[in-house]
Amino acid sequence: MIRIEELTRRYGDSTVVDHVSMQVERGTITVVVGTSGSGKSTLLRMINRLVEPTSGRVSIDGRDTSTESAAQLRRRIGYVIQGHGLFPHRSVAENIATVPRLLRWDEARIAARVAELLRIFQLDPAAYAGKYPHQLSGGQQQRVGVARALAASPAVLLMDEPFGALDPIIRAKAQDDLLELQRRLGTTILLVTHDMDEAFRLGDRVAVMNQGRLLQYDRPARLLTDPADDFVARMTGSADRALKLLALRSAAELAAPGPVEELRLASSASLRDALAELVWRGAAAATVVDAGGAVLGRISVDAILAAGCHA
Amino acid sequence: MTEAVLRTGRASLDRLPIDALGVLLAVFGCGALAALPFMVAKANRIVPGRPLGLFEALPVPVALACAGVLACAGLVALSRAGARWRLGAALLGIVVVALAAASAADALTPPGNRVVRIAPGAGCWVLLAALGLLAVDALTRLRPRPLVRVLLLAMALAIAISALAHGTFDHLSIMREYQVNSARFGRELRQHLWLALGSLAAAVVVALPLGVLCHRLPRLRGAILGALNSVQTIPAIALFGLLMAPLGALAAAVPLAAAIGIRGIGTAPALLALFLYSLLPVVANTVVGLERVAPAAVDAAHGMGMTRWQVLRGVEFPLALPVIVTGIRIVLVQNIGLVAVAALIGAGGLGAFIFQGIGQTAIDLVLLGAIPTVVLAMSAAVLLDALVESMQRVPA
Repeated sequence: MIRIEELTRRYGDSTVVDHVSMQVERGTITVVVGTSGSGKSTLLRMINRLVEPTSGRVSIDGRDTSTESAAQLRRRIGYVIQGHGLFPHRSVAENIATVPRLLRWDEARIAARVAELLRIFQLDPAAYAGKYPHQLSGGQQQRVGVARALAASPAVLLMDEPFGALDPIIRAKAQDDLLELQRRLGTTILLVTHDMDEAFRLGDRVAVMNQGRLLQYDRPARLLTDPADDFVARMTGSADRALKLLALRSAAELAAPGPVEELRLASSASLRDALAELVWRGAAAATVVDAGGAVLGRISVDAILAAGCHA
Repeated sequence: MTEAVLRTGRASLDRLPIDALGVLLAVFGCGALAALPFMVAKANRIVPGRPLGLFEALPVPVALACAGVLACAGLVALSRAGARWRLGAALLGIVVVALAAASAADALTPPGNRVVRIAPGAGCWVLLAALGLLAVDALTRLRPRPLVRVLLLAMALAIAISALAHGTFDHLSIMREYQVNSARFGRELRQHLWLALGSLAAAVVVALPLGVLCHRLPRLRGAILGALNSVQTIPAIALFGLLMAPLGALAAAVPLAAAIGIRGIGTAPALLALFLYSLLPVVANTVVGLERVAPAAVDAAHGMGMTRWQVLRGVEFPLALPVIVTGIRIVLVQNIGLVAVAALIGAGGLGAFIFQGIGQTAIDLVLLGAIPTVVLAMSAAVLLDALVESMQRVPA
């Protein structure tokens, strides 16, 4: 768990981060979203002390981060940045081994960990360990960047616009991979982005920042239904907020007992996708089935419309 | 109008199977053979010489064969032959011209006579220069890998040195000067290398930390680079002269300084001046190299918990190294040339032959100093260029 208390950073007269307090629960993904200059990156960089706070404090699992050296602290916090920041003169394996080397693991343990991580990130160790970053595709570079951050199994992972340099199709895949990875490893992730769709897609909780201040910190659905102020409402976008709300819930949630329908929908599909499919097929209802094909129940257009209604 | 003429001229040249540089080199080569003396024969090293054309210097069949080979090389240069052919023709031409000069010297030297001086004439030098340009042009087109370039250099040097050791060129005037000065030549060559490399090594030791400092503290950068820049503007001879007085005074005042060899003239002021000249290129390239390192890599390095020293040693320095070595290459080539001037303040080196030769109006003695200096500088350039390129080859 990361506890941030009254964290402030000033540069001369300008206050970049202004008395921000928030708490990131263990094993969740928290996304900080804001426009450029909102102070979101500075907030993130104060957690691993790449930027020293002017005032306020940060503690991780109850331990004040200012009580140990910055270098020691950073070695137990994963850090991923936009454009991956891989070392161009070091091979993929050497890049991933960076933090284990700093922690003086023995070579056999490092080699085993590198191979394990490469397999987790769908990169064949035999083919990729010896390659250099410039020999990889953008998506592969991004995966190696995350693998490098996770090398020493940190409990906390900080990500600063990690998907910013990827094209839309690879970005969607990278986001799905991150969600799956987080479920598997249970890492606490704090991610910074300017993209509200990304925030809704990834965040268990989303923090909206503007001009150094934290405006709202809540579940994504609450940002849509109860925006704290106009700025949050504008950030989340009001034109299609009903659809965004539906996108946050899965078809399984609305599956109710009823007759078996001709059309079948996967339980993992969002209500938004379910509605789109029903409209496209001209059907009034469908049967929801799980990954194994077992029937969970029936879902109707009316039920979905009711779920998206906020009157 | 002019442009149109140029364009049609260019177009017609493009249509013909003729190489533009080849035309120029062929004209120079023909002119050199026809109008300039191939060899110059002097009764002794001081008196004016008698110019000899190719056919006067050599027996007619040999001269004909030689001219034939050169004509072939000229045709290859004119044609759009592949770069390998052009390189081969150039190298063959150089060997033939060198051997022709050597055999002319053998033939023109009366047996047992050690006084006559048989020197290559202007025509011989122009031919060698034209063929050398042809070879360099072909090499540029071939773009050989760094290791291949170093091997080619080593082969060329090995062939030249073994030919010299074998006595092939013993009757040429430059080798006459060498025979008179052979013991001193080795000494001056070593002194030349020691001055050039010693000042470079000292400069690198000082310049690297200075460059890092300039990179870290932008406020210092202007002052340090400005000061080093103004040193560069002082002409070499002036700087050598300027250092004589303070070093002389130091030696007079501090006996220890005199005891370890510090004097107003000689090695000490030469090393100090070369050291000062060497600082700017290495410091400037260190700063530029460090600035060019991807900021994301440095940020990630800090973010993963590397200490500042680990970031510098493990990330910034290796990534800046190709640019830093480029600075070292500039300094080494520059120093090899500047050391020749240092002979003026009694520091020795190959420049000693040059200035002695100028004093005695003995051009062969000048060449005995100048040619090895040029060969050293070119070899250093080839070696370090290859080093820089092989470092950049890994990742950009």
